[in-house]
Amino acid sequence: MSSAVIDTAGLQQLVSTLIDRGYRVIGPTLSDNAIVLGELTSADELPVGWGVDVGPGHYRLRRRDDAAAFGHSAGPQSWKEFLHPPRQRLWSSDGVAQEDAPRYAFLGVRACDLAAIAVLNGVLGKGAHPDGGFVDRLARIFVVAVNCTEPGGLCFCASMGTGPEVGPGYDLALTERIDDEGRWYVVDVGSDVGTQVLAALPHREARGAEIDSARADVAEAAHHMGRSMPTGDLRELLIESRESPHWDEVASRCLTCGNCTMACPTCFCTSVDDVTDLTGEHAERWMNWASCFEFDFTFVHEGSVRQSGPSRYRHWITHKLGSWHDQFGSSGCVGCGRCIAWCPTGIDITEEMNLLATLAEHRDD
Amino acid sequence: MTDTATWPGPAHAAMTPVPYQVRSRVVENQDSSTLQLEPLRDPLQAPLPGEFMMMYAFGIGEVAISVSGVPSGSDSTITHTIRSVGAVSRALHDAEPGTVIGMRGPFGTNWGLREAVGRDLVIVAGGVGLAPLRPVVLGALAARDSYGSVTLIAGARSRDDFLFSEELAEWARDTSIAVHMTVDVPVQGWPGEVGFVTEPLRRLPLRPQNTTALLCGPEPMMQNGAIELLRKGLAASDIRVSLERNMQCGIGWCGHCQLGPLLLCRDGPVVGYDAAEPLLAVKEL
Repeated sequence: MSSAVIDTAGLQQLVSTLIDRGYRVIGPTLSDNAIVLGELTSADELPVGWGVDVGPGHYRLRRRDDAAAFGHSAGPQSWKEFLHPPRQRLWSSDGVAQEDAPRYAFLGVRACDLAAIAVLNGVLGKGAHPDGGFVDRLARIFVVAVNCTEPGGLCFCASMGTGPEVGPGYDLALTERIDDEGRWYVVDVGSDVGTQVLAALPHREARGAEIDSARADVAEAAHHMGRSMPTGDLRELLIESRESPHWDEVASRCLTCGNCTMACPTCFCTSVDDVTDLTGEHAERWMNWASCFEFDFTFVHEGSVRQSGPSRYRHWITHKLGSWHDQFGSSGCVGCGRCIAWCPTGIDITEEMNLLATLAEHRDD
Repeated sequence: MTDTATWPGPAHAAMTPVPYQVRSRVVENQDSSTLQLEPLRDPLQAPLPGEFMMMYAFGIGEVAISVSGVPSGSDSTITHTIRSVGAVSRALHDAEPGTVIGMRGPFGTNWGLREAVGRDLVIVAGGVGLAPLRPVVLGALAARDSYGSVTLIAGARSRDDFLFSEELAEWARDTSIAVHMTVDVPVQGWPGEVGFVTEPLRRLPLRPQNTTALLCGPEPMMQNGAIELLRKGLAASDIRVSLERNMQCGIGWCGHCQLGPLLLCRDGPVVGYDAAEPLLAVKEL
């Protein structure tokens, strides 16, 4: 199917159409001096005219000189919050009524984050014991992806092979265009439901030149990434670097706070907490987000396995970029840069990997 | 929690405890007891030797425990030996007959007894590590003709710390299995050996090409035992160890049990030493 064009009225209609079809529309919106993911009732709630400046340990809103609605890179949250909620009740001794999974429409999913959803599915949805809640929620989502034409300062999706052009998995994909005519979108359709939704919007067929120019801007974005991972086999590099003295150096800056794991769109770890009320007669089982940086994450009866900061940082980065391949057949990193922005001391995963690569080269000399 | 009527059915099936009731409880030593559990509803799949169950003490929590018994015939009971080391294991250890325990599983890899048919078995256990290996001994004795020589080396801190004392004495009398018992601290009249399990292992004549070794105990014990076996010419892949890490889900969701590339709830707990050796060699991996 060829591409279509919608204008801001079409975008407005997109939100209301999705709501009419029973979706809870989640998308970027301004709140607390950040662009967060929240439930939208109208396209007016998108952060029109707002961008962000990001750096290691740094995230600030800034006014754009245009009216882009998707002119910002990743915020503090990711879609994992909705597909793999921070707190879930798994069981209750009193019984729990089965609730239907919510039907979410995600508006504004970037290529990196679409890849992250696939990575999460590889962990929670494809094992011998799939997480039924996750699988149900994922099966019901409607994805409006957005191609990136303007990567942020911490973006490195190009070197992770996940962007800036959105891959498979979307229902509709938008490329935001701003010119003298105002703001409009090239729309690509990725599913039958996407076709149906587009049909309900005021739209026209895209002209060849419009498509070409949009595609060219997205392709060009790959050359404007703020960060990049070293080339070569990262998994092998991390195995070789297990005993590197560099871990002590990173740990001297790492607070082991776990922010990176919370902000990461693929970090999936949880703890299972069994609790009771005061009578002790009613028990519940909860699954809560956890972080491998927690001291007791690896607790066994003799104590924690990873007690030191260096070992915990080494574990996190090695899992993310290395052992994830062994466990789930892909990298755990999609290049969104959130872990860099939200690290209170600005530890940069790409910088650490580049340093390890340099150290390894020197070791080989 | 003894009334099963209020125990609800599965919502997240794989994470929902299934009620079992303690049928019998045997005190093994000062900190360990063996529970035989029978299902109050449809039984779970019978665990293979080496596999583990997630055991839930009502309202307190859940821990991963390898099975220590083998079901026979139509018997759908599951047997576990629990060492009391924390709040949950203490509650399980103390569970009297009639107590309802929530069970999930079985999960993980097994000892690979089927793959070892026709080979000699060397079974090395330290302390409570004998519990996951008991089903191996029972299985090998029940199908004695399927294996070559069968040797059990069991170590404990002292005479009174051995699990399954009566069975051990029985096995020691059984000529179809060679049993070596060794303690760290001997008392007067101790007829066995003194020292680490590596000592009897060092003296053991074995056919390296035709031997499968199964080890369970503290990690340094397994590492030193494996070193001895490698020295005797066993292939690392013919040495299997049962590893322990924090396990909260048992099904690959929670991420706590990672050891390098392994998710031990899925890729373990029983792991070939070819995979385990380089990982155990790294501190705090």
